[in-house]
Amino acid sequence: MGAGHHHQLYLAGDSVVHRLPPQCKLLAVAAFAIVVVATPRERFWAFGLYAVLLAGVAVAARVPLTYVLRRMAVELPFVLFAFLIPVIGMGERTTVLGVSLSVAGLWAGWNILAKATLGVVASILLAATTEPRVILIGAQRLRLPSLLVQIAMFMLRYMDVIMDEMRRMRVARESRGFEARNFRHIPVIARSAGALFIRSYERGERVHLAMLSRGYSGRMPMMDEISGSVGQWATALALPAVALAVLGLSL
Amino acid sequence: MNSLEVNRLAYAYPDGTQALFGVDFAIRRGERVALLGPNGAGKTTLVMHLNGILTAGHGSVSVAGTPVRKDTLKEIRQRVGLVFQDPDDQLFMPTVRDDVAFGPANSGVAGEELERAVKGALERVGMLEVIDRPPHHLSFGQRRRVAVATVLAMEPEILVLDEPSSNLDPAARRELAEILRSLDVTVLMVTHDLPYALELCERSLILSDGVIVADGPTRELLADSELLARHRLELPYGFAIPAAAE
Repeated sequence: MGAGHHHQLYLAGDSVVHRLPPQCKLLAVAAFAIVVVATPRERFWAFGLYAVLLAGVAVAARVPLTYVLRRMAVELPFVLFAFLIPVIGMGERTTVLGVSLSVAGLWAGWNILAKATLGVVASILLAATTEPRVILIGAQRLRLPSLLVQIAMFMLRYMDVIMDEMRRMRVARESRGFEARNFRHIPVIARSAGALFIRSYERGERVHLAMLSRGYSGRMPMMDEISGSVGQWATALALPAVALAVLGLSL
Repeated sequence: MNSLEVNRLAYAYPDGTQALFGVDFAIRRGERVALLGPNGAGKTTLVMHLNGILTAGHGSVSVAGTPVRKDTLKEIRQRVGLVFQDPDDQLFMPTVRDDVAFGPANSGVAGEELERAVKGALERVGMLEVIDRPPHHLSFGQRRRVAVATVLAMEPEILVLDEPSSNLDPAARRELAEILRSLDVTVLMVTHDLPYALELCERSLILSDGVIVADGPTRELLADSELLARHRLELPYGFAIPAAAE
């Protein structure tokens, strides 16, 4: 019981960025990502300026560089893919360090790498300065579909409970001498996964009953009235606005 | 005035299994009553009727004079505070504050008044200091107490507790008993923890095979070992209750 803490993404602090209402930050990050994606891949200097903008946000939020770098591991699969494209790409080829690479592939790889990296860093900064549950309040304020927000909220709440259940099932398997060593053991793991699914489903039913008992009628009551002032919106939206200006100059 | 009245309540599950065969009892305002019975006696089925999660196949339930019907459900659910056995089922919001606020917010309480209801309820169970914590970072005993607060915040007419002492260590069990005793509400406690029933409730009902087979002072019922044995109930090893009270 009392399982681990899963808020490793959040860095407690009291900076300007931390204090901004979540809906302002969510919208700012989404708008920034759109501007980045809309930028032609040939404008190297524009991407450089975007990176400088994000560095500015990181400094304002007092999020250390090493922290951002460590969290960037989530991007690795995409990076791998981005590096593969020039190798397997078709068309005109060029030689870099003795390896023959496709020119179109190099452009495509660079495009993915640059845009994904900027998007990931922006999201990391959002997550580092906003608690997960507060992000969901922001999503609710932005009128995102209530059903999706509720699903995300329950995931947040029950992640630990389900992980704990999973751990207990593993301990139960292992105390009876089972250890997953090769593919022949997959059916056992699959059955455990099935049992876990059923247990979670049943828990879902019980939670629903508990919600009904306290007057739930399909909509989550709005409890935190965090509204953004004009100044806060302006502060948050400065990021995509400056990015948009950079994009305008580059066209 | 009766907080709760159950008249000839019968219920069969959709698959045909009959769980309740005409249950009759009434609880006066301010009473603390234990509902005792072995596993499978129909206790949970009965509890589900008290706030209209299941609707009576036959007979009726009424809370402070209001019958439990489709059109009264909203009111009934505010008046009957159901505390489930597993606090992880009961506490589904990201923080203790949000969870305790859930009930009153659903009935339209907001702003200052909501804050006051939340703090008041947490204070009554001695859990005000965990108000901003996520429920899964609390100990089991703390979670059970917060679960009680989530329904207290709705100012219920009657508090219905499903196995309140289960999984609690001895200290947490005593603390919960002290809290329940300090509350000024009608309580129906569903349990097979007989010493706990004796400690907290003057009166007990025994539900067995879907009917109430005994209704009387807890001490007298628990002293009747034949009655207990007939209904798969027994005191834990080493316990004995003298037939004549004090």
